[in-house]
Amino acid sequence: MSSPKDQTLSGAIFEESAVLTVKDLSRMCAVDERHIVEFVEEGVLEVVETAPEWHFTGAALRRTRLALRLERDLELNLAGVALALELIEELQHLRRQLQARP
Amino acid sequence: MEYKDYYKIMGVARDATEAQIKQAYRKLARKYHPDVSKEKDAEARFKEVGEAYEVLKSPDKRAAYDQLGQGHPGQDFRPPPDWGSGFEFSGAGTSDPAYSDFFESLFGAQGRAGAGNRRGAFHPGRGEDHHAKVLLDLDATLRGGARQLTLRMPEIDADGRLVSKERVLNVQVPKGILPGQHIRLAGQGARPPGEGAPGDLFIEVDFQPHPLYKIEGRDLYLELPVAPWEAALGASMKTPTPTGTVDLKIPAGSHAGSKLRLKGRGIPASPPGDFYVVLQIALPPATDAEAKGAYAAFAAAMPFNPRASLGV
Repeated sequence: MSSPKDQTLSGAIFEESAVLTVKDLSRMCAVDERHIVEFVEEGVLEVVETAPEWHFTGAALRRTRLALRLERDLELNLAGVALALELIEELQHLRRQLQARP
Repeated sequence: MEYKDYYKIMGVARDATEAQIKQAYRKLARKYHPDVSKEKDAEARFKEVGEAYEVLKSPDKRAAYDQLGQGHPGQDFRPPPDWGSGFEFSGAGTSDPAYSDFFESLFGAQGRAGAGNRRGAFHPGRGEDHHAKVLLDLDATLRGGARQLTLRMPEIDADGRLVSKERVLNVQVPKGILPGQHIRLAGQGARPPGEGAPGDLFIEVDFQPHPLYKIEGRDLYLELPVAPWEAALGASMKTPTPTGTVDLKIPAGSHAGSKLRLKGRGIPASPPGDFYVVLQIALPPATDAEAKGAYAAFAAAMPFNPRASLGV
């Protein structure tokens, strides 16, 4: 767990190389695999490849974690999470645009 | 230790019903949720509200808390020696377990929502993955390079209490990382109890505001002030970019808000982002007689109604 201060750790950009399975997402987000499937069914997560098994892009990690936080903290149901995610994304996009505009 | 008035934090009366408490929580949680809120202290407020709700929503904990009587916020507080006897606490998980010392001294390990416990069960034998979020300077992604990161990690100490531990890491930031992306450090997560591989550490990256450039995904924006004659007649001018100063040619007939794109000069991701220069017309002040004369000549030479489109 602890590592010496002077050692420099190198890591890759996760999103660029990652292809995630349901099992990966379940482990990384500490959530049941069935819950990941529910997210897909509700349109919270998008599957990019279906055969031989479901695959997600690396960006699904952030989305899953956000969805789980909303669900837990705001006591939202799946449909509520899906709606909130869409609105949050639109809001972030608009805020960035506002910031990028003179 | 500071006494916490959970009723005050939730904005409810001491005799509030469960339904009122739940309603108050939901309202505050939506207001201060760090993923949604733009309040400055959203995260701290959200944690406070989560802690208050954790206590007030549970009849056992609420009864125990009420037994303490009404303290005053800020007042030094010690739980009475026999405190807590006769109460059993069980928590069915809500928020992230970063509770205050006050909470921990009252409810301790059993009172906490079981975040640590529900994990690990999904993949026995492997340590839990850890997640953290950092704010980097834009240079880190433009050039890549080592940065010292200070992360706060929740950890269970020897007495079974949850503490927030500081962890300092030197991390090589990959060039071209974009806001919202993660650096994955293999094996830097939690060790499993017993044998087994440690989990990974995922660091989500965001950037501090840059004095010159605005960040939009992989693209960067610069507001470039130009003189009216430069915009009207076209000109070549020195312009800062992330890779150094360049000579930028702006075409004749440019106007405020004109966007010039320097392809591939944004964040060096794959594919690289673009660099946008957005023109701003800066007016020279008419402070002396000569400048005023120039403006007057300008007006005489050019019949121009900037409000023509307003119909006036």
